[in-house]
Amino acid sequence: MRALGFIFALFLALPAVAEEVVLGLSSDQVSINTNFDGSEILIFGAVKREEAIQDDPRLQVIVTVAGPSKPITVRRKEKRLGIWVNIDAVEVDRAPSFYAVASSTVLGLALSDTEDLRYRVSIPRAIRSVGAPQNISDSENFTDALIRIKSKANQYQLNEGTVSVDEQTLFRTAIKLPAALTEGTYKARIFLTRGGAVVSKHETSIYVRKVGMERWLFKLSRENALLYGIMSLAIAIAAGWGASAIFTVFRR
Amino acid sequence: MVTMQIYLPIAEVSVNAFLLLGLGGLVGILSGMFGVGGGFLMTPLLFFIGIPPAVAVATEANQIVASSFSGVLAHFKRKTVDLRMGTVLLIGGLVGAALGVMVFNYLKAQGQVDLLVKLCYVVFLGVIGGLMFIESLNAIRKTKSGKKIARKKHNWIHGLPFKMRFRVSGLYISVIPPLIVGVAVGILAAIMGVGGGFIMVPAMIYLLGMPTKVVVGTSLFQIIFVTAFTTMLHATTNFTVDIVLAVLLLVGGVIGAQIGTRIGVKMKAEQLRILLAMMVLLVCGKLALELLLEPVELYSLGAAGGH
Repeated sequence: MRALGFIFALFLALPAVAEEVVLGLSSDQVSINTNFDGSEILIFGAVKREEAIQDDPRLQVIVTVAGPSKPITVRRKEKRLGIWVNIDAVEVDRAPSFYAVASSTVLGLALSDTEDLRYRVSIPRAIRSVGAPQNISDSENFTDALIRIKSKANQYQLNEGTVSVDEQTLFRTAIKLPAALTEGTYKARIFLTRGGAVVSKHETSIYVRKVGMERWLFKLSRENALLYGIMSLAIAIAAGWGASAIFTVFRR
Repeated sequence: MVTMQIYLPIAEVSVNAFLLLGLGGLVGILSGMFGVGGGFLMTPLLFFIGIPPAVAVATEANQIVASSFSGVLAHFKRKTVDLRMGTVLLIGGLVGAALGVMVFNYLKAQGQVDLLVKLCYVVFLGVIGGLMFIESLNAIRKTKSGKKIARKKHNWIHGLPFKMRFRVSGLYISVIPPLIVGVAVGILAAIMGVGGGFIMVPAMIYLLGMPTKVVVGTSLFQIIFVTAFTTMLHATTNFTVDIVLAVLLLVGGVIGAQIGTRIGVKMKAEQLRILLAMMVLLVCGKLALELLLEPVELYSLGAAGGH
């Protein structure tokens, strides 16, 4: 019995990952301070393997970085009484605030459709929209619009061919983070694929947070709104009064 | 060229600090030249540079408190504030501001707040700008004849009940009209992020019959408290007051106002008013076009309501 169990355990261990990711990040923390104007994270690593490099199909690497997800309402304007007004709205259940996919080749080649469905890698798959209200028949137009608007703001990025892979072992890519960035824990995923199938997957977290004055003000405004309001008034009055007092001095 | 981007903690956008100082300065120059608050120009300008309307409105309310503060002190020194009238207007104003923020928050949940704010701007800027333009054109024509329109001393307002004596203004009138004026200004302050002086001052002169010399001080007195109340309401219900944005605009504004006052002294009143009218109509036109022309992007994103 025990021997059988041992053999069984061995079998379970056998299909263990033949190729594994050893990862490096230029930084696992992005700080939003007063002069924050976007940032870039370098994601690089090596493939650890215990056997000879397989040449066909070639190794492909896909890197995704996702910001915290939130439900988002997408609204569409229509012309009513001569002016453009928001009429229809579709709530997208989960949409990451930021999402970037970088791949070593065209995404469709690096990843099969079924694997994409399973791991939610491509941008449309990273968004989850369950159902639109009954009166809206074209809900896909709303999710398309979400992707279009977010892509325009560089908040959704599809960077095909931007992961460089050397000797099927070393890989690196740079992900640009835009200036308008939401705080939170960002999830970075690295997929190694061969022939469209994922052979190995690695995950790590990047912390994006406001620091210093930005953090202090933001926290205060949410956690103690009354105090923040009073403080805003006091600071503004003091600044306005002070500036005009300085001017009166100069005028003399 | 040094670009100094600054990340605004509440608006969550990165903008050029010099652009904000410049905008503050520009509006400050205008408000110094024309003796107006400038909120009605600043808020739409903030929309144009990409500040979310909700943040623009709330922050502008905060800024108006500050920029009116030194003004009202000067009026207190000159004893040109009718405290009693100011208090009646203020009571109305607080009620109006509370109503305004309720409407604002309701429409925000419906995704219609941008439309409401922009519509209010188009209507008010259009009416005020148009009236000012016509009036100053007439004034320029009539300068030579030297006629002055007499202030109406008795109108229908004197028939209303709840009369009260306002010594500083030399009036004995019902409290109902000033209360209504106060409510109207309060609603505007909350929805549009303005002080409302441009509505209140004409109403005080033509409707209530107050003497011109106490009008500005009294309206500033009311504006400070109403916009302070509005700021608190926005800060505690919407979390949209951006203090960094407010301070930058303010510093630019105070400097600009000093320059503007000096330019204003050298120009004729009618010329000033016609210039201001054209500015107001220009901003109004730009906002109106945004509502009337088919937008490039029909779709927009918003936080899902209901939490």
